Amino acid sequence: MSELPAWAAVPAAILLVAAGLLAAIGALGLARLPEFFMRMHPPAMSSTLGAGCVLLASMLVSSAVEGRPVLHALLITLFLVITSPVTAMLLARAAVYRRGRRTREPS
Amino acid sequence: MNELLGFAVTFASVCFALAMLLAAIRMFRGPAAQDRVLALDALYMNGLLLLLVLGVRSLSSAYFDMALLIALFGFVGTVALAKFLLRGEVVEP
Repeated sequence: MSELPAWAAVPAAILLVAAGLLAAIGALGLARLPEFFMRMHPPAMSSTLGAGCVLLASMLVSSAVEGRPVLHALLITLFLVITSPVTAMLLARAAVYRRGRRTREPS
Repeated sequence: MNELLGFAVTFASVCFALAMLLAAIRMFRGPAAQDRVLALDALYMNGLLLLLVLGVRSLSSAYFDMALLIALFGFVGTVALAKFLLRGEVVEP
């Protein structure tokens, strides 16, 4: 990547750092929060905003390298945007159904 | 300028690997089955993002297809597991 112009490298770097921070914070919340319905929220942050940042950075870099707009990554973005609420809703309904059992962590 | 992008790629890779580690810890510790399914969802999501970051580093387009396949099969797996937790069966007659 020696010939990458600055207009693509700087925003891509900023987007990648932001996505890494979002993913780390989301996983920290997933590992630390005490109850299942609280733990459902942090991974959504990394799977929507973090994925959007990474895919935007990837589109920027590959477009700058190839010299034409490369829009493959929009496919993954579209798929994640469609499927992430579906899995969240199914998991929440499963958790509500199974609520009488053990949900709080033995601490 | 490209040292900046290299640093950003390394930082993002380390962050995604840490996120995968934390999700794996939650998956092994999770008190209920839905916690494990949620952690598996977070795990494959972070693996997908790590593959995309590797694609940015190596400027190869093969990583795109791998990430798309992980998204497809991960979604199917999570939906099947959640359906199993909800109804006790995945495919109902």
